[in-house]
Amino acid sequence: MAPLLEVRNLTVAFDTPSGTVHAVNDVSYILEEGETLGIVGESGSGKSVHALSMVGLIATPPGRIVSGQVIFNGRDLLTLSQRELFDLRGKEIGFVFQDPMTSLNPVLTIERQIAEPLRRHFGMSKSQARAQVIELLELVGIPDAARRARQYPHEFSGGMRQRVMIAIGISCNPKLLIADEATTALDVTVQAQILDLVRELKRKIGTTVIWITHDMGVVAGLADTVQVMYGGRIMERGPVRSVFHDPRSAYTWGLLKSLPHGGRRGINRLYQIPGNPPDLTKEPVGDPFAPRNPFATERCKLETPPLVDAADSTPGHRVAAWYDLRAELARMEAQA
Amino acid sequence: MPMNRYLAVKLGEALLAIWGVVTIVFFVSRVLGDPAVLLLPVGADQQEIDALRITLGLDRPILEQYALSMVAMLRGDFGVSFQHTRPAMDVVLERMPATIELAGAALLFGTLIGGAAGAVAALKRGTISEFVVMIAALLGQATPVFWLGIMLILVFSVDLGWLPTGGSGTIAHLVLPGLTLAVFVSASIARLLRSSLLDIMREDYVRTARAKGLMPRTVFFWHIARNALIPVVTMIGIIAGELLGGSVVIETVFAWPGVGRIIMQAIQAQDFPVIQAGVALVAAIFILINLLVDLLYGVLDPRISRQ
Repeated sequence: MAPLLEVRNLTVAFDTPSGTVHAVNDVSYILEEGETLGIVGESGSGKSVHALSMVGLIATPPGRIVSGQVIFNGRDLLTLSQRELFDLRGKEIGFVFQDPMTSLNPVLTIERQIAEPLRRHFGMSKSQARAQVIELLELVGIPDAARRARQYPHEFSGGMRQRVMIAIGISCNPKLLIADEATTALDVTVQAQILDLVRELKRKIGTTVIWITHDMGVVAGLADTVQVMYGGRIMERGPVRSVFHDPRSAYTWGLLKSLPHGGRRGINRLYQIPGNPPDLTKEPVGDPFAPRNPFATERCKLETPPLVDAADSTPGHRVAAWYDLRAELARMEAQA
Repeated sequence: MPMNRYLAVKLGEALLAIWGVVTIVFFVSRVLGDPAVLLLPVGADQQEIDALRITLGLDRPILEQYALSMVAMLRGDFGVSFQHTRPAMDVVLERMPATIELAGAALLFGTLIGGAAGAVAALKRGTISEFVVMIAALLGQATPVFWLGIMLILVFSVDLGWLPTGGSGTIAHLVLPGLTLAVFVSASIARLLRSSLLDIMREDYVRTARAKGLMPRTVFFWHIARNALIPVVTMIGIIAGELLGGSVVIETVFAWPGVGRIIMQAIQAQDFPVIQAGVALVAAIFILINLLVDLLYGVLDPRISRQ
């Protein structure tokens, strides 16, 4: 069966007064139906921009899709007309955005905001939509849904607003749900509740999910596949277990090392990735992580490594690196 | 807070504000000079002046005059105009229709033109349209209204002879003063609406609306304009209050028989009761409009109405 989503060589740039920002560079991956893909990376890694650009949600100009194809359900989204995109967004691809404080319209009722995609895509009447909205609010765990639906966003707590955002995202039962930093603005306990909710919803409705975050912990608990991005490129991707236990990219390794490990006695100094985030206005040449990579070779600086299968690992585990991380780590251990 | 209490508090505030304004005007106008001298023909002797002062009640101690006029005002009696020998409030109120006519025309056209121009400037960001609108708005706001009024009279009344130079009564009389005020109103509204729209367009919830697949029209009217209008409504309210208090300058330039002009004339003639009645009325209108804006605000923004 054909995959639900296939991104081929997607490259996105922004023309700004201080130069062209190369936000997404030659990104390719496949997403199977029912899969949960966690995309991790720091700000500016291109993780959000690549997702928004697929459905025409970046401002053009300054944004510009330089090249690539995004085959979703058999159609190349980048060739769709505006009208076809309006019909697709919210219906076949649902979005959940970060910061529920600002992502909901403060002057419209919750009911209206959840009902909008239903009325737009399914032509529901007001009363049909209202019934559906109440059902959705109950599904995402908001008690007293009928009364709450008539309220405004400021009458909801942060966690409740995030639940409302999720209800909007799944309202039309989309084939693909893209969540962009959906738990970032929430405190840890609320975050855990939201992640539980998403896992439960996945069981109930089986949507394919792309979960964009900078939090490795969230990915570990939610995703089947993890994709690590840096400087607009995929550095490594593969099954969560394989990537977390046997990272092959120095960037992934650095990210995992900089996480605190609970339970162990004594205080370990947290690892810190040296250097600064890449300057995206420079022509993307070579491995974008090379300047900060202690294992980088001359070749890393000059030639961009392709994303290839990692040697002796789980199928689907792919890495873009000229150096051999396992060999480098073994050498480091021998020296110590 | 419950609606009744809210209104009661607002009414109390309004009365306090009107009392303050009237008190200040009472004492300031008494400093200006002696109306008896102005009312009598030149060369009247001291006896005649004293007699008139007794008739007008100006011979009594100033605090007594103040107390008497405050008590009378509480009964709705603003005294009798020295010049017109009729109740002062009647003199002011009969000028109200002309002021309302002028203010209404200026607000209507100013809002329509300013609203359209502001929306075009925001939607056509970075184009020549935006540039032209913004330059025009800047000029409109920066041009003194009395100068613009005089220029329009020179061109359309004196040179071309199309429109009357002043006075009121017909639509032709309304065109020039209405236009002059509308230029200022529309320029202010266009500038504020543009910046407000551009701010709102960057909001996260607008991206949410677009991600739902809503049509651009729906996104614009329900998500962008709905929020961008909140500050604009406030400004329209403030402008309406100012215009309904009589645009003194424009009413004078165009000899428009409105409230602003009668207050101006009363000040020149030291007609204390008319000054007081006029100022009390203008203050009351201003406060009323502000109250209406407050209430409208609650309708536009649920975060305010429920607090």
